[in-house]
Amino acid sequence: MSLIAPIKDHHSEARLFVARVILSSVIAIILLGTVIARLVQLQIYDHELFAEKSQGNRIRTEAVPPTRGLIFDRRGRVLAENLPAYQLELIPEQVTDLGDTLARLADIGMIKEEDIPRFNGLSQSGPRFKPITLRFRLSEDEIANFAVQRPRFPGVDLQPRLIRHYPDGEFIAHAIGYVGALSTADLGRLDVPEYAGTSHTGKTGVEHSYEELLHGDVGFQQVVTNAFGRQVPVEARDFSDALPASAVPKPGNNLYLSLDLDLQRLATRALAGKRGSVVAIDPANGEVLALVSAPTFDPNAFATGMSPSEYNALQNDEGRPLFNRAVRGTYPPGSTIKPMLSLAALEVGATNLTRRTVCIGWYSLPGSSHRYRDWKPQGHGEVDLHDAISQSCDVYFYEISREIGIDAMHLYLDQFGLGKESGLDMDGESGGLNPSPEWKRQAFRERADQVWFPGETIIASIGQGYMLATPLQLAGVAAALGARGKRFKPHLVAAYEDPITGKRTLIAPERLPSVSIENEFYWENVIAAMHDVMQSPTGTARAAGANAAYEMAGKSGTAQVFSISQEEEYDEEEIEERLRDHALFIAFAPLDNPRIAVAVVVENGSSGSRVAAPIARAMMDQYLTGSTDAF
Amino acid sequence: MRFNDTQRLFAGKSMPIGGLGGILQRLHLDGPLLGGLLLVSALGLVVLYSAVAQNMDLWIQQCIRLFVALAAMVIVAQLPPDLMRRWTPWGYLAGLFLLILVLITGDVGQGARRWLDIGIRFQPSEIMKLAVPMMTAWYLHDRHLPPKFLDLVVIGVLIVVPTVLIAKQPDLGTSLLVATAGVLVVILAGLSIRLMLFLGVSAVPGGYLLWQFMKDYQKQRVLTLLNPDSDPLGAGYNIIQSKIAIGSGGLFGKGWMNGSQAQLEFLPERDTDFIFAVMGEELGMLGVLALLGLYLFVIGRGLYIAIHARDTYSRLLAGSISLTFFVYVFVNTAMVTGLVPVVGVPLPLVSYGGTSMVTLLAGFGILQSIHRHRKLLPH
Repeated sequence: MSLIAPIKDHHSEARLFVARVILSSVIAIILLGTVIARLVQLQIYDHELFAEKSQGNRIRTEAVPPTRGLIFDRRGRVLAENLPAYQLELIPEQVTDLGDTLARLADIGMIKEEDIPRFNGLSQSGPRFKPITLRFRLSEDEIANFAVQRPRFPGVDLQPRLIRHYPDGEFIAHAIGYVGALSTADLGRLDVPEYAGTSHTGKTGVEHSYEELLHGDVGFQQVVTNAFGRQVPVEARDFSDALPASAVPKPGNNLYLSLDLDLQRLATRALAGKRGSVVAIDPANGEVLALVSAPTFDPNAFATGMSPSEYNALQNDEGRPLFNRAVRGTYPPGSTIKPMLSLAALEVGATNLTRRTVCIGWYSLPGSSHRYRDWKPQGHGEVDLHDAISQSCDVYFYEISREIGIDAMHLYLDQFGLGKESGLDMDGESGGLNPSPEWKRQAFRERADQVWFPGETIIASIGQGYMLATPLQLAGVAAALGARGKRFKPHLVAAYEDPITGKRTLIAPERLPSVSIENEFYWENVIAAMHDVMQSPTGTARAAGANAAYEMAGKSGTAQVFSISQEEEYDEEEIEERLRDHALFIAFAPLDNPRIAVAVVVENGSSGSRVAAPIARAMMDQYLTGSTDAF
Repeated sequence: MRFNDTQRLFAGKSMPIGGLGGILQRLHLDGPLLGGLLLVSALGLVVLYSAVAQNMDLWIQQCIRLFVALAAMVIVAQLPPDLMRRWTPWGYLAGLFLLILVLITGDVGQGARRWLDIGIRFQPSEIMKLAVPMMTAWYLHDRHLPPKFLDLVVIGVLIVVPTVLIAKQPDLGTSLLVATAGVLVVILAGLSIRLMLFLGVSAVPGGYLLWQFMKDYQKQRVLTLLNPDSDPLGAGYNIIQSKIAIGSGGLFGKGWMNGSQAQLEFLPERDTDFIFAVMGEELGMLGVLALLGLYLFVIGRGLYIAIHARDTYSRLLAGSISLTFFVYVFVNTAMVTGLVPVVGVPLPLVSYGGTSMVTLLAGFGILQSIHRHRKLLPH
């Protein structure tokens, strides 16, 4: 028996097998039951919780940037607008070989070689799905060129966007300013949530100072996104079972400037090839009619982005085109202060209208051999106040300056707005300098330097020495003279308009304290002398004032850039261009109820009456008669 | 043997009609099993179409694979079980050889060395899913059952060697499935319950030992299962998103191709291991239960065939194949619902992927062969 191998018992094996199958099935049913129980827990018991989580997964609130307000000139001509433009964008995650793609884009001239490192950096900083702008505002040719080559550049595409555009960019650059791409510094200053969707912000000029009005209010929309945060077009896939509400962005306010584009163009043309500034103000309300600084630049370059080399070229240009001479350039006002000084002298009794002085070409303080020269070496002969203004006799003012005294001089020049910011609705204004003994005590460290010398009063009387003023301040002086002492804060923006309701809000002129000279007789006499500057046979600017259809008043100024030592004659031709005197001119017209006051500064222009006055005249012609032959 | 009601249901007596029944008969195919498999596959293709985000190329590829796998099933169904049994040792040895070859020369894919390129790229580990239970059944065919201790030792070696080779690739999921297929044969052959309990208890120190040998990513999977929220963006992300998908689907689902979790790519591996979550989200609990019902029908029919098999080899093999199929279904659904660690087991006949489908349907080919080739033995 034991030698025989056990015979397989098929029946018992089959029974055992069936038992095991039943056992397995029971276990299987239990296991499957746990899965089903789990499904009940997830899909029925906790369904709402997971439905909520799934909703939160895919809904993202996205900011919709508002449209920036437009800027118009005083006659409704567009100065700043938003143009749809195509830009070249690259989405890093869709580009397989970034280096190769950028190199090939440079090969076909779509980007510059020098920009490649910058784009490399940009592509690493943001989320991989967020597009990087390689080029703003492509030209028609570039669009066509890229369109045919697009298949070669996966991940690079043309995108339509709204871009700030200044149709007359270079004529208005320093007044309007420009917008540029938001920087981290900007974000520190601005209300960040409001700028969630915005790419550009005002950097200078009106664009900067009226940023809040121009920007508008951000809107938002809820977008369906996938796991990578990329937006999924809702039309393509409808997961919007409960897409929450969205808010339409509120576009920014349109600005209406007091600026006159014709004056801007004229002044820019007149200053072409020169360095200088022209500012025109309406004396009746302080509206700035023109604000030009030369050389100028194209603000569109900032809106569309510049390569570092282009920016450096602009920064390092010898003419400093980015420097806003109109509000930041400070110049010795020269003889343009003589009308103010005359008024002060009359008011304090330092002179009267009949007092006469003999001008022999120079003046010396008693007991001193130092000669203060007149601009006319042979002298003006016998002059009264009227002549001293119209012929710009320096000696007359040297003489009366001692009687006015530096304190009174400082006081009245201060009342005309020298030495302090004029409060233009634009940032970055310089206050210039209206010197006084008090100022000198604080400005100098050495005790010996803190003393105010009598000679300093003398040269201050012809607007030299420490005295500095901006073209904007000088235009304010001209306006105050024209308005007989009434002063307004200069402003560029006259009104703003809600683009939705169309409601326009006027910005009321803001009065400043008047000049405290109330004797109308003084004003009329000084203005009459200024009238003669331009329209009498002996006036310094008679050439500029000739053949006018209206009456005007003006005063030239020629500001020394460097001092000439005693007894030395100088020949204009021999002096380096950069060392020549600055040419200044202030004017207003018409004589009664003037509508325009102008200040012109031409750096190294040599002569106020020859170089600056014709520009002032052209500005007044353009504004008052609607045309000019000059420039 | 008598039919009870359940068995009659699975027997599907009234299924084939006329010509169709004749064709199935001649092709050695079992109508109910084939019908169940086709229904699961069809439902799988519907879900996959949505899960691959309507990518027609991928979807058509999967259709082609399904046809190849069905063809493999039909071919295997023509092989008589006796012939298969005689070939079994050679197939097993060839499989072992290929596994060793893979470890030496195989292609690396996703950090693991699983693929072999001999004209066509395939995973030799897939062969072992069938070869191991076949070899175990072959060994037990002539033995007196229940198996003796010495038999268990031999079988242990037969199972452990390929399991370790596959685990070394590393492919923990497949190695566990291969071992399971072999172990199921032994359990069906009558492995003593006491021994099973003993092994179950000794699994605790065994588990500790296993932990020591696990790769970091495998440990990570276990740890995240225990607390998926500990690493919501890393390893726990899959499970969290999968639970959100299934849970948000609710009873009726969000609608086919309308699951935001799946369509917006929150759900990782949505077309492969996590396709069950896509189904749960889009077709809801009802859809999922329908699929589970179909699976149960296929498994039940497989076990019916196993019970009616005429010899030990066929019986054990058929039982093992059916129950392994269940293990697939259970492990995948349990892992996607966050009940067990993510071990990389696809949802059979639904997940995107080729080799496993061919193996699966080839296995069902064996079942059909066993059923259609059964000879009447004397009672």
